[in-house]
Amino acid sequence: MFTKEVLNELIKILGKERVLSEKEDLVTYSFDGTAAVESTMPDVVVMPGSTEQVVEIVKIAKKNNIPIYPRGSGTNLSGGAIPINKGIVLSMVQMNKILEMDPENLCAWVEPGVIIQELNKEAEKHGLIYPPDPGTVLTATMAGSVSECSGGLRGLKYGVTKHYVMGMELVLATGEVIKWGGKTVKNVSGYDLTALFTGSEGTLGIITKLLMKLIPAPESRKSMLAVYDDLDKAGNTISAIIRNKVIPATMEIMDNVTIRTVEEFTHCGLPLEAEAVLLIEVDGYEEVVKREAPLVEKICNQYGAVEIRVANTEEEREAIWFARRNALPSLGQVKPATVLEDATVPRSNIPAMIKAIRKIAKKYDLFIATYGHAGDGNLHPTIVIDPTNEDEVDRMHKAVEEIFHEALALGGTLSGEHGIGIGKIKFLSLEFGDAGVDVLRRIKEALDPDYLLNPGKMVKLPKN
Amino acid sequence: MGIYTSLESVKEEAFRCVRCGNCQAVCPIYKETKKEAGVARGKISLASAILNGDLEMTKGLSDRFLLCTTCMACVYNCPNTIRSDKIILAARAFAARKKGLHPIKKIVFKALKLQRVFDFGMKVGSSYQVIALKKIEDRNNCTRMRVDIGLGDKVFPNLAPQTFRSQYPTVVKVDNPKMRVGYFTGCMANYFYTDIGKAVVEVLTENGVEVVIPPEQGCCGIPASVNGDVKNSRDMARRNLDAFEKMGVDAVVVSCSSGGTAWKHVYSELLEDDPKYKALADKWGQISYDINEFLVKIVPFKKEGLGKLDKRVTYHDPCHLNRGQGISEEPREIIKSIPGVKLVEMKEPGRCCGMAGSFCIVYPEMSEKIGARKVADIAQTYCDTVATACPACRLQITSGIVNAGLERDVVHVVQLLAESYRKGKSKD
Repeated sequence: MFTKEVLNELIKILGKERVLSEKEDLVTYSFDGTAAVESTMPDVVVMPGSTEQVVEIVKIAKKNNIPIYPRGSGTNLSGGAIPINKGIVLSMVQMNKILEMDPENLCAWVEPGVIIQELNKEAEKHGLIYPPDPGTVLTATMAGSVSECSGGLRGLKYGVTKHYVMGMELVLATGEVIKWGGKTVKNVSGYDLTALFTGSEGTLGIITKLLMKLIPAPESRKSMLAVYDDLDKAGNTISAIIRNKVIPATMEIMDNVTIRTVEEFTHCGLPLEAEAVLLIEVDGYEEVVKREAPLVEKICNQYGAVEIRVANTEEEREAIWFARRNALPSLGQVKPATVLEDATVPRSNIPAMIKAIRKIAKKYDLFIATYGHAGDGNLHPTIVIDPTNEDEVDRMHKAVEEIFHEALALGGTLSGEHGIGIGKIKFLSLEFGDAGVDVLRRIKEALDPDYLLNPGKMVKLPKN
Repeated sequence: MGIYTSLESVKEEAFRCVRCGNCQAVCPIYKETKKEAGVARGKISLASAILNGDLEMTKGLSDRFLLCTTCMACVYNCPNTIRSDKIILAARAFAARKKGLHPIKKIVFKALKLQRVFDFGMKVGSSYQVIALKKIEDRNNCTRMRVDIGLGDKVFPNLAPQTFRSQYPTVVKVDNPKMRVGYFTGCMANYFYTDIGKAVVEVLTENGVEVVIPPEQGCCGIPASVNGDVKNSRDMARRNLDAFEKMGVDAVVVSCSSGGTAWKHVYSELLEDDPKYKALADKWGQISYDINEFLVKIVPFKKEGLGKLDKRVTYHDPCHLNRGQGISEEPREIIKSIPGVKLVEMKEPGRCCGMAGSFCIVYPEMSEKIGARKVADIAQTYCDTVATACPACRLQITSGIVNAGLERDVVHVVQLLAESYRKGKSKD
């Protein structure tokens, strides 16, 4: 239980400046970036500056049986940072130093609160990049991104966050500190806990340091936009590009609803009648780009693109990506709340998935725009609603459920990159059965038997 | 009902926030505090909580709404372009209605309104400022408080021995004027930086524009309005509108960014319940121009006669000129047209300098931290001159530069232009 004594103990460890307990602050930590979910105020927000302080906080929480919610920038989309049972919000943003850049071993040690873009800026100085680029690259923290295993636009060629975590330091629910993984490419000592903690949404341990992999920056790149009057033609193009052994860095799709909305709000010159546009970028050595870009263009033509725009200058490239970047902002103008889902299917099933979403939109009379990462099958059906319209909210929930069923039926998954959090817990058994869900529970209880760490996320709270 | 009289008026705007947190990337306050209440989405959630009845207005809440430089960076970075600045101003006005103003602010805003008393106070102040302020050796027009009254190491300009307005006739005539404009001096150019005022008159007359300096003008009212003191700011707005209306000029020219937003946007919003003055505010709002804007778009400044200045200049965008009025190209155009001047852009020219009017008095440490980042960006340009287009930014940047031990001139763009015209003449 949280008491005045607990508060004083926390202040003793952290100092007054790093402990927020006034309601005027607590309100601002009652939510994250997730739309249409209930917000809950924590009892206190603490902002540790070191691993040692995190350990002390965990000990206090354990002694008093108070839940802890690790939080980065609070930009996630699955309710992962909401303190649903009150307790302590552990804001990691003040631990934000890049501890070591190691260009020889292609990696960097960072503190949990480093913003993704800050790591990128530092990597750039060494001719390196950190490829995962979620939409929140300018705001999200490294540990938040690792905890949610975020993806982004470059998943097809470069993979997602989990492919770049080489090691970490964690504080366990017991208050013990462990360090796992390291700078070696190969490492099979013990279970792969680095993999286990990545994407665990802060439910198994608290990340206090991260060792992230970096790769050489590609030398050259080329972008193009292909317009289709038929969804299947766009789908066939995607498959054909991969069949021809070209792996673009990015291959994005926008459906007609998205195209119309973006065009309405930005007037960037998208054809309103198009059923789909593909936005493709190839990158690598100059020689590679020179070979792959014309090949991709040829395939787009061959599979029925009615128009292709190839960016020959940086400005033209900007213009192409402007449309994609403005998808979500434009949709946000339609109605006040945007529910952004991330159901993901094998890329060969993208046209089928988009068509299914269209049917669902019609059935529930909802405005759903679909766009997303065509190359890796990760779509973002985005439902725009008025959260004060209860009937619409109700229809939205039904539609989301149906979208999940559809994605699973097409061999996909509930969540490609946003995480399970609170909203999708009840659907997990659809994906891997009750036995699978029980494995999650057993892992949770093995590491955090008292449900101290981000309780109620990913794994349901026990009944009593 | 507008933002200055009703919190309810921003309800719809506040509820449009999807809490994506993109504002964190650009907020100068959040960069320093890393606390959610510092950034727009946090403040919007607080305003929403009041509107939903979940929170009462408290002093703590009022303090959090004041912790904002109103730089508007969040507005421009918001995917839904939510006017968080208006939500925050509405919340401040609401706080002032519920909790009253800080007693010192009350006195200051009242004094700003009582023009003659204020004028007299400033005059007395200029004679006796040496008691409180100590001149900084080797620095032109730079002083420090002898005793720290909680403002940290801020460097101040001297109060001018003679106010700008008292040095000029009401009408500065030219032969065959192209236009007759009223110059709204603002307090900074009137009491501290009279060199800016002089440069404005010099450049305008040089370009064949007759300058009228309405004697009854006073404080723009923005210091009061951004702190929620609606009554006093309305009175000041009315007084200024009357002062200009009387003179029959073709346009208003302003050389500070707050003054510019006051004439263009704020007066009309403040006076919306007052039909007579609302009409006046709308009329004058249409013909109000920042000096840079005026010289580029209305009466294009003449390029012949510009003398060579050997300077490496970097330009700082004042928030309320750049984002508040959409003016960023014009001052650069002026700088670049001066022979011999090389414009070198700093890393984030549009990042707030941290001055933000009374903000720097209420939150001096925060103001200084934000200012230090600006000074670091300036240092990296290896310029010899920092140009800006707002006297308040000039004060803040000068203070930061002196405290960092750097040698840079900090001037208003129009001063560079005036200097160049002078140089052009001296050669003839």
